[in-house]
Amino acid sequence: MKHLPSERHTLSILVDNEAGVLARIVGLFSARGYNIESLTVADVSDDHEVSRITVVTNGPPPVIDQIMAQLDRLVPVHKVVDLTDWGPHVEREMALVKVAGIGDKRVEALRLADIFRARPVDTSTASFVFEVSGSSEKVNQFIALMREVGLVEVARTGVVAIARGAEAV
Amino acid sequence: MGTEMTGADIVVQALTDLGVEVVFGYPGGAVLPIYDALFKQNRIRHILVRHEQAAVHAAEGYARSSGKVGVVLVTSGPGATNAVTGITDALMDSIPLVVLTGQVPTHLIGTDAFQECDTVGITRHCSKHNYLVQETARLGPVLHEAFYIARSGRPGPVVIDIPKDVQIMKARYTKPGVISHKTYKPQVKGDLAAIEAAVDMLAAAERPILYTGGGVINSGPVASQLLRELAKATGAPVTSTLMGLGSVPDDHPQFLGMLGMHGSYEANMAMNKCDLMLCLGARFDDRVTGRLDAFSPTSRKIHVDIDRSSFNKTVRVDLAIQGDVGSVMEDMLKVWRARGHRAADQKAWWEQIKGWRSRNSFGFEQKGEALLPQKAIQRLYEMTKAKKPIISTEVGQHQMWAAQHFGFHEPNKWLTSGGLGTMGYGLPAAIGAQLAYPGALVIDIAGEASIQMNIQELGTATQYRLPVKIFIINNEYMGMVRQWQELNHGGRYSESYSDSLPDFVKLAEAYGWKGITIEGPDDLDAGIQAMIDHPGPVMVDCRVAKLANCFPMIPSGASHTDMILSAADERGEADDDAKALV
Repeated sequence: MKHLPSERHTLSILVDNEAGVLARIVGLFSARGYNIESLTVADVSDDHEVSRITVVTNGPPPVIDQIMAQLDRLVPVHKVVDLTDWGPHVEREMALVKVAGIGDKRVEALRLADIFRARPVDTSTASFVFEVSGSSEKVNQFIALMREVGLVEVARTGVVAIARGAEAV
Repeated sequence: MGTEMTGADIVVQALTDLGVEVVFGYPGGAVLPIYDALFKQNRIRHILVRHEQAAVHAAEGYARSSGKVGVVLVTSGPGATNAVTGITDALMDSIPLVVLTGQVPTHLIGTDAFQECDTVGITRHCSKHNYLVQETARLGPVLHEAFYIARSGRPGPVVIDIPKDVQIMKARYTKPGVISHKTYKPQVKGDLAAIEAAVDMLAAAERPILYTGGGVINSGPVASQLLRELAKATGAPVTSTLMGLGSVPDDHPQFLGMLGMHGSYEANMAMNKCDLMLCLGARFDDRVTGRLDAFSPTSRKIHVDIDRSSFNKTVRVDLAIQGDVGSVMEDMLKVWRARGHRAADQKAWWEQIKGWRSRNSFGFEQKGEALLPQKAIQRLYEMTKAKKPIISTEVGQHQMWAAQHFGFHEPNKWLTSGGLGTMGYGLPAAIGAQLAYPGALVIDIAGEASIQMNIQELGTATQYRLPVKIFIINNEYMGMVRQWQELNHGGRYSESYSDSLPDFVKLAEAYGWKGITIEGPDDLDAGIQAMIDHPGPVMVDCRVAKLANCFPMIPSGASHTDMILSAADERGEADDDAKALV
């Protein structure tokens, strides 16, 4: 089944907010040879008992099914949802992008940032840090353009995602 | 409100409340408070092993033979790491265990303290679940939850790591009522619509087969009974994995024997040619399927399993039913009867099976002076079967010969390391089973290499006066390694000769056991009889033909139809693809 074409899937995993749970999830991916394109995790409940993990993975459909089943049987996992299968959903990513330069490059960086609705969150006379958010593609494009005007380094969150509409997953 | 007591007392009280009778363990610095609490009571019996790996295998043998949860108690650091092989073994074979490990006190965790290791980190992926208990008040709830997780759903080992200060501090303990878990809720009942569909597929099949596994044993003795009823109702042939042996009696007319790499010709051919496969509590292991793209190409497949991740893992199935295999079989039988189904005409199918059976793939011919290992096991079976023995094994040729030539008639009588293939499993497992059934005849069918992996447990059996028998099939080789070297590596027997073997009789005697040597076919029966007749533990050194191979065999990466049936010069050199397979 490994020769079937690979698909990109975004999974939401609700887990106990406890030590070791993230290691269990990540370890499952590495032990069974599944891919992780990106991973985000944060506490999302009022009582701090549940964390939400968003994993972007890729693999042929039977492998995605197996990933879901393997995650679902872990004791601290409350729920696993394949948002890609679920239907319409929003995926967003945020990046902090540092560029350095003076003169025209500096002006051009600001102009491009404006087009991408990226906000300067730090500045010195020779540098900016921009905050940019949106789809991964948009973030990629912004970073690519910044290379031409003095990109220094990038920190990005990885994808967070949520289903559209009134319902919770 | 509960009573205030130390963490160590909570551990012992909770184990008592959970009905634990036996704990297998080994003391050390980080578990001394729990050992002190054990010292002060007499409801739980502690069995002192000689190595922590053996504590876990003994608990597995206890659990597999009795259906109860096996309990292990070991110290931090090396105590925990020595237990890892056993824990992994239990995970692979779905054996319910609770393993308690001591840990350095909480304020020393992470400081590389003496005998510290990251037990929860190390066991995270070889346990069904694990805990590091950091507050004494959590001990009671965690212990009860751990037992629930270990034995429910697909059973497995649960590790509880308990820092020493948590054992000493006090908290209130109350025996909880019914245990449930907020997220872990195994599905026991199968989906009725799916069960109805499965029954209709089964009724319409012309060449059905029931492919059964260890899940039937895990589901409890009732599941084995239901399987026999299902076999009777459907008229379908039944085959079993290594782990499932005993769920259907060996001499049942519909039983085709074990399937897979060293399974019977008829079982594997029937799997290949069937039109409907009903998989009950088995998991399409590579030892069973052989080459995947040639596995049972013409069949529709139904898979019943309590673990959703077993579905479509390696083999795509047409219908998956998640649930306890006993519960699902019960519902299948109800639907079958309610719909007034009669088995379809399978005359042609059984004719075909009869043809395969006539090849007598487990057959052998004992001639000459060297005793064939198959003969030794066959006689061991014939001479002990009236006593309904419990059999454990080590891993290798002797294990496969035991599976082929020892007849199993009931569940829970066959203890073997199937998934992980752990040499050194058999002796401690036999000790565990003997503790569960003190009056039973318990025999570890061993190899001369495997037995040395946990040979120190001879002392454990002596200490607790356990009349365990060890029957060593001694061919002076790591036989399965040698066999693969013969078949795949040009007969270059690299490091597979068992040199410098001990005198097993003297070794037995040194531990207070009886030692018996069987030199050949002429003293086989007398040796077995002397073993049975001796009331205490016996080690039999049964010398067998040195170069016998285990056949039939599906070479690694070959299909069911490519079985090697006999030894007719198969020595050779495999290509690199085949050599890469295990």
